[in-house]
Amino acid sequence: MLRDITLGQYYQTESVLHKLDPRVKIGGTLLFILTLFFYKNFLGYLAAILFLAAVIRLSHVPFSYMIKGMRSILFLLLITVAFNLFLTPGTVLVAFWKLKITQEGLKAAVTIALRLTMLIIGSSLMTLTTTPNNLTDGMEKMMGFMKIFKAPVHEMAMMMSIALRFIPILLEETDKIMKAQMARGADFESGNLIARAKAMVPLLVPLFISAFRRANDLAMAMEARCYRGGEGRTKMKPLQYKKRDYLAYLCMVGFMAGSIWLGRLPVL
Amino acid sequence: MSIVKTKDLVFEYIRRDEEGNVEGITTAVDHVNLTVREGSFIAILGHNGSGKSTLAKHINAILDPTEGTVWVDGMDTADPEKLWDIRQRAGMVFQNPDNQIIGQVVEEDVGFGPENMGVPTEEIWQRVEESLRAVGMYEYRKYSPNKLSGGQKQRVSIAGVLAMHPKVIVLDEPTAMLDPSGRKEVIRAVRALNQVEGVTVILITHYMEEIVHADQVFVMDQGRIAMEGTPREVFSRVEELKSLRLDVPQVTLLAYELKKRGLELPDGILTTEELVKALCG
Repeated sequence: MLRDITLGQYYQTESVLHKLDPRVKIGGTLLFILTLFFYKNFLGYLAAILFLAAVIRLSHVPFSYMIKGMRSILFLLLITVAFNLFLTPGTVLVAFWKLKITQEGLKAAVTIALRLTMLIIGSSLMTLTTTPNNLTDGMEKMMGFMKIFKAPVHEMAMMMSIALRFIPILLEETDKIMKAQMARGADFESGNLIARAKAMVPLLVPLFISAFRRANDLAMAMEARCYRGGEGRTKMKPLQYKKRDYLAYLCMVGFMAGSIWLGRLPVL
Repeated sequence: MSIVKTKDLVFEYIRRDEEGNVEGITTAVDHVNLTVREGSFIAILGHNGSGKSTLAKHINAILDPTEGTVWVDGMDTADPEKLWDIRQRAGMVFQNPDNQIIGQVVEEDVGFGPENMGVPTEEIWQRVEESLRAVGMYEYRKYSPNKLSGGQKQRVSIAGVLAMHPKVIVLDEPTAMLDPSGRKEVIRAVRALNQVEGVTVILITHYMEEIVHADQVFVMDQGRIAMEGTPREVFSRVEELKSLRLDVPQVTLLAYELKKRGLELPDGILTTEELVKALCG
């Protein structure tokens, strides 16, 4: 059932957010993250939380999926918070043993926790509502200006989408090779970490060989179908801004301006 | 009119050792002269290493001849300026369906060829629809290729070539990795293309059953064309085929053995119905 795995973390459902142009979502996410670093008081963060909550509602993606993305960085988050909490000098609030919590430290810790959490949720909202393919397309279009500097933008995007297409195929192949080797007595499960890593080496060799063979075949098939790089190529599904995309940009800019104004009011 | 023509075609693979010194030369294609009429269904047979795939790759200009010339629709494949025209005129379907599908959605894969050719967006959609309908895969246009069976994937590959509006399609053992039902599916689609759309088909295979409907059969051995003729003519030479390490279809073999034992039967029986008719009629 390896073939059914979802790549990236796309969540299939119908929503306005899913229909938006990928460029809007990439741009919007970047703007959102940028905005988070402009706030000086908690009003700004409140505005950002409300905005994020509204967008999550719009996306029709269950909130639990957003939390899943958080789990991987929980450890990092805790360490960052702890450092900020205990190591910031200033007016001491509580002190026990050798540790002391300062007022400034508390503020810094809460700020960093809020920023990191919203940063992760904001960007996973983008990957949850955009197919990997769409993301690649959006990035290719957005990076288009790099072509002036002779950057191989189209080629990079093509490589990414081919890589995405071959992940399930190579996974299945790995599974096959593993089973074939297990049938002949290979042991992938017991032993410590090093022993298990060593057991993977004989797995990698045939996998690499087959990946190269596939790459060779694919290159030939692409050339046979007249592939010659990005030049003179047309698009079957060209990215075109629609009304809702402009509207989304407008909302985004509105949110940015509003929340930064709020976040810089001289309170707290 | 000939759509594909080769004249004294020779291709040599040069084997090199690790330092790059020439170890030896293998002649994969040896003085092949071939003429394919437009609109016909040609089959090229041969066991492994007979040079049939190498020959096929010349028609799509993937390989350049060592000696001799290949013309596709009047264009010399050695002419670099005509390269993309030739590849558009002569489409190619390969053996492994997984290694030739580029798109992550069926319709995107079929659109890949026209995109490369610079066809306008609306026309791409039109071509994709036509091609998918021609191979009977239109209902699957939104599927991921990973969820299709081998036969379906191969039909998608054929649609991908068809969307480029080629005049000739070269299929290099398209059924070698498929199960019997997938094989039938693909061959049915290929025959439909030839008969309904009028596309010239060059089918390379080692399955005898698949060439029964061909207009002309070429049998290759050691880079040379060893036999040629209609399927009936070729299949009536059972001993010769056996010496080339090829099997004839079971029915043909049965008819041949019966005839050898003294039964009155015509030469080169190809289908079960024919044999039944000949025996009972």
